[in-house]
Amino acid sequence: MANQTFEPRIIGFLCRWCTYTGADLAGTSRIQYPPNVIPIRVMCSGRVDPTFIIKALVEGADGVLIGGCHPGDCHYSVGNYRCWGRFNLLLKLLDQFGIERDRVRLEWISASEGDRYAQVVAEITETVRKLGPLNWKEKVIAKEAAA
Amino acid sequence: MKKVSIDPITRLEGHGKIEIFLDDKGDVANAYLQIPELRGFEKFCEGRPVEELPRITPRICGVCPEAHHMAATKACDAVFHVEPPSAGKKVRELLYNSFFVGDHTTHFYALGGPDFVMGPQSNPAERNILGVIAKVGLEIGGKVIKCRALQHDIARIIGGRQINPTCGLPGGVSKAITEEERKTIEEAATFFVEFAKFSFQILEDVVLKNKAYVDLILSDMFKQKTYYMGLVDKDNKVNFYGDEVRVVDPDGKEFAKYQPKDYLQHVAEHVEPWSYLKFPFLKKVGWKGLVDGKDSGIYQATPLSRLNASDGMATPLAQEQYDRMYKTLGGKPVHATLATHWARLVELLYAAERTLELAKDPEITSPNVRTIPTETPTEGVGIVEAPRGTLTHHYITDEKGIVKKVNLIVGTTNNYGSISMAVKKAAKGLIKAGTQVSEGLLNMVEMAFRAYDPCFGCATHSLPGKMPFSVEIFDGKGNLIQTLSRS
Amino acid sequence: MSKGKLALYWAASCGGCEIAVLELREKILKVAEAFDIVFWPVAVDFKYKDVEAMADKEIDLCLFNGGIRTSENEHIAKLLRKKSKVLVSFGACATWGGIPGLANGFKRESILERAYFETPSTDNPQKTLPQTGYKVPEGDLTLPSLYDRVMPLKSVVDVEYFIPGCPPIADRIWDVILVLLSGKLPPKGATVGILPKTCCDECLKTKEEKKVKKFVRPWEIIPDPKKCLLEQGIVCMGPATQAGCGAQCTSANMPCRGCYGPAEGVEDMGLKMLGALGAIVDSTDPDEIQKVVSEIEDPMGTLYRFTLADSLLRRART
Repeated sequence: MANQTFEPRIIGFLCRWCTYTGADLAGTSRIQYPPNVIPIRVMCSGRVDPTFIIKALVEGADGVLIGGCHPGDCHYSVGNYRCWGRFNLLLKLLDQFGIERDRVRLEWISASEGDRYAQVVAEITETVRKLGPLNWKEKVIAKEAAA
Repeated sequence: MKKVSIDPITRLEGHGKIEIFLDDKGDVANAYLQIPELRGFEKFCEGRPVEELPRITPRICGVCPEAHHMAATKACDAVFHVEPPSAGKKVRELLYNSFFVGDHTTHFYALGGPDFVMGPQSNPAERNILGVIAKVGLEIGGKVIKCRALQHDIARIIGGRQINPTCGLPGGVSKAITEEERKTIEEAATFFVEFAKFSFQILEDVVLKNKAYVDLILSDMFKQKTYYMGLVDKDNKVNFYGDEVRVVDPDGKEFAKYQPKDYLQHVAEHVEPWSYLKFPFLKKVGWKGLVDGKDSGIYQATPLSRLNASDGMATPLAQEQYDRMYKTLGGKPVHATLATHWARLVELLYAAERTLELAKDPEITSPNVRTIPTETPTEGVGIVEAPRGTLTHHYITDEKGIVKKVNLIVGTTNNYGSISMAVKKAAKGLIKAGTQVSEGLLNMVEMAFRAYDPCFGCATHSLPGKMPFSVEIFDGKGNLIQTLSRS
Repeated sequence: MSKGKLALYWAASCGGCEIAVLELREKILKVAEAFDIVFWPVAVDFKYKDVEAMADKEIDLCLFNGGIRTSENEHIAKLLRKKSKVLVSFGACATWGGIPGLANGFKRESILERAYFETPSTDNPQKTLPQTGYKVPEGDLTLPSLYDRVMPLKSVVDVEYFIPGCPPIADRIWDVILVLLSGKLPPKGATVGILPKTCCDECLKTKEEKKVKKFVRPWEIIPDPKKCLLEQGIVCMGPATQAGCGAQCTSANMPCRGCYGPAEGVEDMGLKMLGALGAIVDSTDPDEIQKVVSEIEDPMGTLYRFTLADSLLRRART
């Protein structure tokens, strides 16, 4: 099953107004949490093109975290609703591709929720660790051609 | 043994190769028509909403997409337990019959025709549609192009697109025909009827007046006696769109008649290890191998079969030509493979007349062309005649109409047994000890399959995947002495 | 002026691209004036051995349709590449795998089992399977092997140009032939035979604002033929599809399914459309948004109808 020394690599698309700021708060508060999420700051969770999520998985990520503002709090009013609609449709697509839903997660984390950020990162790290490495390129794409 | 290959076979739709084995004397020991292509429609349609299948299955074949579209649409009706309104059914039939005009024209002039117009052993660089046009002249060539063009225009009017129509939905069609469109279609249909009559003149001048060709048509080398299958209406007249499937035996007597939903009681498919294509046969007779005759379950589903299996044509001019053909060839049923080209023209004329009939029908411009389904979808079978044979689509869905299982028995697949036998017989008849095996002679072997207007893309909708490898070693008496395999 | 040499070939395809070329109608005679057709199995009797006998780059233009599904498809692709100056990936299947690419959603063995064991009409108690090599009493027969997935042409050989469409429409094919005959060749790797922007731009239906309260299946409603289908809740690929076809399907009141492929610059067509669909739900209630989006059936088959084999993920993990 899952290799105990396997360290998942998880890409985090974090909205600048809420989650990214929350992550900063986790840092300045010296909260301890796993280092497995590589943060990428976006202006809004509504900026997250589903292509980013899949590209991350294809290029070597084992999981993807998206962080945005709570419903009603989006700096641009509706961006997080768009993200939510896309995310739910993407889950259905992942089922069809045979990618475990638990590898991707969308959370609403506000600027003041540093501890929540740390908790979510810890949770997704463990979940993905149990699922094991994805290695999509090596295991699925490169499984090449011939007879 | 020496092996002579024809690879790929040409002037048909799809892929294939013929391997001819010559014994030490130089006679043909056997000939195999192998189909090397697969795509897997019966599997990859699973999980799709069933109403998408009339748009996915036409990609089984771009020469006869309307056939798959129509069979799929009828299967969708059956799945949803819904009937289209009368006008919706007529619009579908109009699209369908005009398609037959175009498709049969393509075969007669571009696929099968060059063998007769240019000569079976003529220069391959000229033995094609361009050579035909150069020989018969631009005026005639222009008519052929115009006929096909008009048919595709009708497909665009009714189905949205020239190739791969989209209008079929469970319960009807997506678009009604306006009066202006109807006038365009009627004009085209009038041309179709004249063109069909004109094509008979070509048949007369190029083929029937040429004794060598007539001898070829009637030769034993190009003859098989099998069962014959075709869709008929309630009067047992040929009908491409629907009603029941009728099968007659090699003597012409009715052997079976069934509704689409009962097809599994009548047809089964046999597998051989040397081809990706399966061999359908009549269950009630059984699979007896690649042999013809009353005791073999092999049947044909071709224009000739449809005429053999029917009691006539539903339109007057076509009925005249039907009578003339059978009178000339000595009565029903006709077993001469090459006569299929003739039967194809009879169908061309019928399709043209029927298109004109429907174009003039007052209901054809009705806006009421679709009934919204209300029942829970379950399972359904849709059957139409594809130009190349009886086409069966069978779908099973869940309660939301998402496809769970698909089974397809496609036009040309029906004929695989008889095409294989025809190729072997022609090879044996043409190549004997001492014969110089020229390109032209090999082309004549190909003529045996070309009469069927095969569509091997259609036939090979399936996909087996990587094969375990097996070698069987036979002694000179054909006894298996050793098997080596790798799985 | 000497005539050029033209070849057309079909790999894992359906013949629709051949018919599309015939849809040039009288213009086919102009093509015949400029070119000798040296290989075109649907219409002309030249065989593989005739191609093998040609010199390298003897063929001036090769229009190759169909995806790569078998060893024969790959072999002929490489053969034609060698013998051709300009190789064009013609149509959806060659360019992205096309509809046969949907097989990439399934395990190859399951496809085999379905065709040869499971289908209710198959009578095969011995579980015979077609073999790549089989000995009959007279000698050896071979069949090409089947790859475990569909690939676009560009995965196995270098390609000069891409023409999208399932099939490409005649007007666009003619545009391309004129360009190639003019000598003013586009840069290598260009997609040709297209028009600017997306299918929506060509569609004649009235477009207002994309706000959907409910997604419906095409058979569930009779849509207003004058209005945008997507705005009426019918999933339509128009916004994500390259223009060029004249928006034919919507003219018959049927939604676009994307046969002209992704818009220029887009890497993954399905995900782009997914992003659009997820964003047009007319609600600010997360539960309602989730419910409405769940009404979209079979995203893989609808969003990647023609492009699954060329998607970022390429195939399902099975």
